[in-house]
Amino acid sequence: MELLVDLQQKTSATLQKYPEPKDALISVLQDVQEVFGYLPEDALRCIAAETGIAASQLTGVASFYAQFRMEKPGKYQIMVCMGTACHVNKGERVADAVREFTGVEEGETTPDGLFSWEEVACLGCCSLSPVMMINGTAYGKLDKDKVKKIINDLRNAEKGGEGACVCS
Amino acid sequence: MRLLLGYGSCGIAAGTHDVARVFDTMFDGKDLSITRVGCNGLCFAEPLLQVVDDDGNDHYYGRITQKDAKSIAQSLLEGTLPNQNQLSEEEVAFLTKQTRIALRNCGLIDPENLQDYRAKGGYTAFTKYLKASPADVLEEMKTSGLRGRGGAGFPTWRKWEAAAKEQSEDKYIVCNADEGDPGAFMDRSVLEGDPHSVLEGMLLAALAIGANHGLIYARAEYPLAIKRLQTAIDTLKEAGLTGKHILGTSFSFDFKLMKGAGAFVCGEETALLASLEGGRGMPRTKPPFPAQKGYKGKPSNINNVETLANVPWILENGGAAYARLGTEDSKGTKVFALAGRVKRGGLVEVPMGLTLRQVVFDICGGILDDKPIKGVQIGGPSGGCLPEHLLDTPIDYKSISATGAIMGSGGLVVMDTDSCMVDMARFFMDFTSKESCGKCVPCRVGTTAMKEILDKIVEGNGKPEDLETLKTMGESIRASALCGLGNSAPNPVLTTMRYFPEEYEAHISEGRCPALKCTALLHYEILPDKCIGCTLCRRACPTNAIAGEVKKTHVINSDACIACGSCAQVCRYGAVLVTSGKAQKEVGLHA
Repeated sequence: MELLVDLQQKTSATLQKYPEPKDALISVLQDVQEVFGYLPEDALRCIAAETGIAASQLTGVASFYAQFRMEKPGKYQIMVCMGTACHVNKGERVADAVREFTGVEEGETTPDGLFSWEEVACLGCCSLSPVMMINGTAYGKLDKDKVKKIINDLRNAEKGGEGACVCS
Repeated sequence: MRLLLGYGSCGIAAGTHDVARVFDTMFDGKDLSITRVGCNGLCFAEPLLQVVDDDGNDHYYGRITQKDAKSIAQSLLEGTLPNQNQLSEEEVAFLTKQTRIALRNCGLIDPENLQDYRAKGGYTAFTKYLKASPADVLEEMKTSGLRGRGGAGFPTWRKWEAAAKEQSEDKYIVCNADEGDPGAFMDRSVLEGDPHSVLEGMLLAALAIGANHGLIYARAEYPLAIKRLQTAIDTLKEAGLTGKHILGTSFSFDFKLMKGAGAFVCGEETALLASLEGGRGMPRTKPPFPAQKGYKGKPSNINNVETLANVPWILENGGAAYARLGTEDSKGTKVFALAGRVKRGGLVEVPMGLTLRQVVFDICGGILDDKPIKGVQIGGPSGGCLPEHLLDTPIDYKSISATGAIMGSGGLVVMDTDSCMVDMARFFMDFTSKESCGKCVPCRVGTTAMKEILDKIVEGNGKPEDLETLKTMGESIRASALCGLGNSAPNPVLTTMRYFPEEYEAHISEGRCPALKCTALLHYEILPDKCIGCTLCRRACPTNAIAGEVKKTHVINSDACIACGSCAQVCRYGAVLVTSGKAQKEVGLHA
């Protein structure tokens, strides 16, 4: 948990980059999310106080876009592609496998804070479907065993205390 | 000798990083090196190396593993062409049968290197027209007949002309790089493989309309495209091709890149503008059109990535050269992203007028495992599903629209007989109902209501009158939704109902899914004469619905079975039988 003072300082520092934060609200929110991994309510309150943008408007914008999260995500954020090509190539099985091997439902975070996952519209790697992306790296042509191995490898790397390698 | 290694998102997902590391290590200190290029569209063969020999001949090596890379590097160091991993003649024909304009540099240049782009003639059109009048640019564009490639197909020159006529101190040229159609990845590949072609296209558009600011709205899900675009923007500035008084002229221009935040509706131009301005991405009524009142109320043009990538080529080679390609009403080429159950999935750029069949079969090699084709989905959530007999439809705006689908941005998802058309319709309605911005009632309520009916049908609870309701609702959404995305949202349902009525009929009247896809209508059992009692299925079953001991026939308890298919996936003896009404098949790896 971030300390409130610390959180406010970091949020203010982010706001400094924007002379007109209202016009660049989405970029502001993206930057704040980059800092904390999500949009803490206190950070939104801080933005509202410093910019004069109503908290309701901030929440309205933040909740409109799929990218913004109000809950703290896992260290590894898994995005399971639900695009057309993945659907045709049985992408729902990837989601089932991710659910099984992380042990949490979509939108939830594992108790150890390592994994969270969500279904997303399309990752644009259609020729490798079914696909998922973990922290920006795409994994293609997945089946249940591959998903199991990828998740277990990440988990084991963490247990071993090594810097986790997310390279494909 | 040049060594080009595919380094698009797709290549990276296929393992290009590891392959590149091997090459880098082996070539360290030698006079060979690899050039990291964007995707050349042969996505089916990644990781992919293209060797251009000293005579200029191309040699392709695909599906390279780390082990392959070692021996390939060894051969190259010995000065010989590797005789492994070569692509077949047919596979290479995937590339040679295409006509590449928008993709002309993809896979051939280092996208992060301005000199590479310039060596291919990049920025010659810009420097030439920098000293010409805006009317000259518009005239060439008019001759070319280029229409917007984002989906709507509005003539590009006319859009530009409207903005050119407006008087304003500030005008904006906006690049819509928010490629949102699921199943489409043309724009991503262009942005990753040749970002300068898009920037040059924007500069030329700016000359035509008198714009002094360029905004790029790129999808946040495309981190690599965003990184390469930003690099391209920075190098352009360093080279003095943007900024104030470019090359000593009165023309000043700057670029700004903004990441989208994940909303399909932001592909609609007025919604995109609202998002750029920092608000919820909701469309507004037109007029006023963005050409009159766009970003911050100033005249703006919004063009799609592929459209812009065509522009430098047109102005370098002349509008007439572009217009010689294609058909009477649809000039030039179109890029398609082929995916789904097709042998060679990837990027295909062909002249308009070719048929869908030529693209799917001649270029992409037909269907995986040589299964029968059921149809293609063209145009994403705004498009439609076309059956096999319509594959001879020529690819042009008019002919595709006549089928009830749309050309769209270029997603082409191929489906075999394992795809259920009712399920596809439900998939798209699910997508549009989730992505509806909520501003207008027809789209917000209508798409959800249609999706609920389709939910009932795939669960076997549909009623005959549901079909009429779907049709009526679809037609009223089409007539009354606020924006283009809402208007076209019913298309996947209306086209599947039109071309695959028997599938709806089977679900509703017989509770049967002919494609064996809709889980609520499936029944799984184990064939006693094939089961050897290996226990694999019992262990794979997530609901413990399978009972059986080692070397004894297993049995599925249908009350506990959720029809997930896990047993069929692991069975090695073809002992799992799936049925739905009359349709049945035995499945398992060796079935």
